[in-house]
Amino acid sequence: MFLVFLILAALTILGTAAAMGLRKPIHCILALTVGLVGLAMLYLLLGAQFVGFTQILVYVGAVAILAVFAIMMTQGGKMNIEPHPEKPSSSTLLAGGAVAGAVFAVIAWAILSNSPSGTTTPAQPSVTVVEIGQALMHKYVLPLEIMALLLTAALIGAVILAMPKEQEKS
Amino acid sequence: MSQLNAYLLVSALLFSIGLAGALLRRNAILVLIGIELMLNAANLNFIAFWRYGPNPAALTGIMFTIFSITVAAAEAAVGLGIILAVYRHTKSTDISQMNTLKG
Amino acid sequence: MTPETIDQIFVITKHWLLGYVPAALQPIVSAILSVVPILLAFPLLFAITTVLERKGLGRIQNRYGPNRVGPLGILQPMADGIKSLTKEDVVPRAADQIVHFLAPILIVIAAFLAYAVLPIGRNMVVVNLNAGLLYFFAIGSMVELAVFMAGWSSHSKYSLLGAMRAVAQMISYEVPLVLASIVVIMAAGSLSTVAIVEAQTGYTYTFPHWFVFTPWGFAGFILFMIAATAESNRSPFDLPEGESEIIAGYYIEYSGFKFALFFLGEYLGMFATSALAITLFLGGWSAPFSWLTWIPSYLWFFAKLLVLIGIFIWIRGTLPRLRMDQLMGMAWKFMLPMTLLNLITAGVWHFMPGGILRWIVCTAMVVVPCILLSRSMKQGKTLQVRTYRYAE
Repeated sequence: MFLVFLILAALTILGTAAAMGLRKPIHCILALTVGLVGLAMLYLLLGAQFVGFTQILVYVGAVAILAVFAIMMTQGGKMNIEPHPEKPSSSTLLAGGAVAGAVFAVIAWAILSNSPSGTTTPAQPSVTVVEIGQALMHKYVLPLEIMALLLTAALIGAVILAMPKEQEKS
Repeated sequence: MSQLNAYLLVSALLFSIGLAGALLRRNAILVLIGIELMLNAANLNFIAFWRYGPNPAALTGIMFTIFSITVAAAEAAVGLGIILAVYRHTKSTDISQMNTLKG
Repeated sequence: MTPETIDQIFVITKHWLLGYVPAALQPIVSAILSVVPILLAFPLLFAITTVLERKGLGRIQNRYGPNRVGPLGILQPMADGIKSLTKEDVVPRAADQIVHFLAPILIVIAAFLAYAVLPIGRNMVVVNLNAGLLYFFAIGSMVELAVFMAGWSSHSKYSLLGAMRAVAQMISYEVPLVLASIVVIMAAGSLSTVAIVEAQTGYTYTFPHWFVFTPWGFAGFILFMIAATAESNRSPFDLPEGESEIIAGYYIEYSGFKFALFFLGEYLGMFATSALAITLFLGGWSAPFSWLTWIPSYLWFFAKLLVLIGIFIWIRGTLPRLRMDQLMGMAWKFMLPMTLLNLITAGVWHFMPGGILRWIVCTAMVVVPCILLSRSMKQGKTLQVRTYRYAE
């Protein structure tokens, strides 16, 4: 089981690192898809089936396609965009890498120094979709309704933002 | 290193990769993708704590993650709409060129 | 050989084979034994369907289909297979090589993965997931990304245009597809496909409890089939791959075996959505009458699947192609409101006491909006006698 976790974690980290490192934006999104699918499989390994499949449905099926469409529409007709002729200077790279590395170091130190007490791992909780549905309808019904409002606002807002404006006749 | 620590380290690594991408990339869409990656890292954290935590029957981790995925999708849609609108105005997605408030 | 033994023959064979395997290897061998029949049966069904389709379309269009290879042309798939394997694989030089190579593989993998939650017979499902239906739709949404990869990597205007049209069509019709199946989830109370089929296995006075025999189930079935036709890019929704518009759409630049893989992926997707329609609405593997239950369950499943494939072929040969704006208008302005009203109808059906009043009310709630919405979609045009104007 630990081997499976190692493989999936390596797949996820490699995919996301490639997503942030590759030059052509389309390749970045495809590598991101690999990373997100790896993350969904990690959720399945942890026993959260509903969340894993929702992750694939929403992120791979919607967000990645949105990003791909946006990249296609912002390239001004060029199909394979040339990488930016000026790469970020090495001092910028160093600064950014240092900040990210520092953040990782702090979080990793926090994780490793506060080991949770008790080395016994609890049994796999089995959660059915029925329980998630009942929790959504009883305890979390207010966030659910607010989420509906949020999604409606986001839908209308995105349509208005992306609508082409009428050209003014001069 | 317990299993929980392993998952938390993976999540921290994902977060810092997303942060590095959001800081260093010049294409606005890829910056947005970096932010999405950071949200995903937080989701992994939630699920890991739900699994190895003291009270998995309360479903708190799962609920939080479901709402987080929803909010991230809405934010990605609106963010990409903004990027498209800016592109239509300035014909470029390079964030280093958007350094004036003019126009 | 009792009918129950014939019905469970595959399950019994699998358990007998597993007895010969040491206990440590049993999970892996069990998984392999569950998956291999699917990998064998559905490509065989694909081969049969290509012949059926070409002969069926030919007969609808008043011509013979292929009839040279084998008696009545049944061995045509072998000739097609040899042709696609031996054709030269041309890849454009400006194409993105890795993505160009991976796109057809991803489509076939996604199409095969979808069969993991479909119950083919009694106790015959590869894995009984608690959120099985959600898994199916999640895998279906991966196909869109693969279609876009195919169109983008070919580095050609026609393929990019075809890919964008195909992806827009597929994401538009995914919404009515999912909403039409939510009605069934409401009625059966579970996302697991096995539980949904189990909820339809009862009989009253020899008539089955299939969901298609209720007003909301019938409307849901029709909406699901329309959305499934659009999801697999089949006629009348095949503008992205229309041969007279943009030649072959997003797989123009593919030749030889990769083209055959696209074909395989598209047909496997069609079979998977048909099988899901059978599971959700037509009772899965259950027999239509209670005195026919002695026929094995997997035979009923494949019989229903063949009927649905025949309906797909029939529709392809009969209806003309829809334009892109007509297609998208139908998805958002007709099917989405109909599926939402279908949800309300199913709720009303659940809470009203049984009897003739329930039938009348629910049928009215489904039929009246359908008529009103289709009236409004006609945009005030009335059908007229066709007139011709010739250039002078």
